[in-house]
Amino acid sequence: MANGFPLLSGVDLELAPSSLTVLVGANGAGKTSLLQLLAGLIGLTSGEGTVLGFNLATDDRRLLRRHVGWLGHEGSFYDDLTVRENLTFAAKALDRPLDDLSSVLARVDLEGRRDTIAKSLSAGQRRRLGLAWLLLRRPQLWLLDEPYASLDDEGRTFFDALLGEVIDRGATVVVSSHDPLRSAQLAPITLTMVGGRVVTP
Amino acid sequence: MRSRVLLWQVVPFGVMALLLSGLALGPQQVGHSSAAPGLFYLVVVLVALLMINRSHAIETSRGTRASVATLGLDPAGVFLGKALALAIELWLSAIVLLAGSVVVLHTALHGTLMAVPSVLVTLGAIAAAGTLYGALTTGGNAAATLLPVLSLPAFAPLLIAGERSYSAALHGGALLEWWVISVVALAVYLGMGILLYGVLEES
Repeated sequence: MANGFPLLSGVDLELAPSSLTVLVGANGAGKTSLLQLLAGLIGLTSGEGTVLGFNLATDDRRLLRRHVGWLGHEGSFYDDLTVRENLTFAAKALDRPLDDLSSVLARVDLEGRRDTIAKSLSAGQRRRLGLAWLLLRRPQLWLLDEPYASLDDEGRTFFDALLGEVIDRGATVVVSSHDPLRSAQLAPITLTMVGGRVVTP
Repeated sequence: MRSRVLLWQVVPFGVMALLLSGLALGPQQVGHSSAAPGLFYLVVVLVALLMINRSHAIETSRGTRASVATLGLDPAGVFLGKALALAIELWLSAIVLLAGSVVVLHTALHGTLMAVPSVLVTLGAIAAAGTLYGALTTGGNAAATLLPVLSLPAFAPLLIAGERSYSAALHGGALLEWWVISVVALAVYLGMGILLYGVLEES
């Protein structure tokens, strides 16, 4: 609920494991709210839902969050830290081995930027740092909020290729976008949202 | 890691504020030493407010908050980590400011060193309370204004206790009694933070 109005209403959907789903809709359609609900960042006020076996209405949402990865278009890390420090923080917070750090940096092509402060990175590099954070964490459910915003064609192609790999490895990915053309190129499942509702499966 | 950035941003402000306080007292050295504890804690509280605001502001972007939230960290651990980081920042700032007090406000070196244990405890309590109030005000439309308005009543007894014990260390008097107030406040705010931080974060 926001100011007495429901953020989402009449949402009925089921996500298959190892799939890619794209939420399409105008600004304010409820895409980000739905992603936040799936991440356990906001709670259900009515209805029911289960994500990765966690009941959204009754279970502790903090337990669900450990299995979810979030990437927002405005940056999902600490701007004042270097690339390496950001990834070290993410790895240590979840007891992940730091040995993976070099291979992850190589995969997102940020090896040469490991000691660069995050806020000095370009839009494409910032997005790749966000992806590196998620690759290090290896969540089961990837929730990406407008990941294509301010990316050039090369960045978008890189992004799509990496998402393909992640899905092949068994992760479920949900992407929000207000660009239906972009989503049509990569998504087997496209859902359109209007006014907090999923209107077209 | 983030403390490094914050210290470079805030400590110069604290030194400048202490220097200006010394200049405001005039060229004569008479009275500087007796005003020093109060001025020291005045500068410390300004520095602390900046640090608390800054330490929460770096996580106010929706993406960063969501990303950190999905790490699923224990809120009590997050509170203790943030409070400890803030305390370390304040302790390091205090070392610089106490040295500045000796140079600018002409406090006795021996008395200043005697005050160090009470300063450490008082600043620890301010860090714990500040972390709690920072979480309470973060994300609001007027967080920078709300933080001092809400936290200063909580800081007031700590500042009085800290100032009194620093004065007692410099000029003689009941040092231990005031120190106990800071120790009790530290324990209370740590307990409250451990219990309430998760609730504040979720809200």
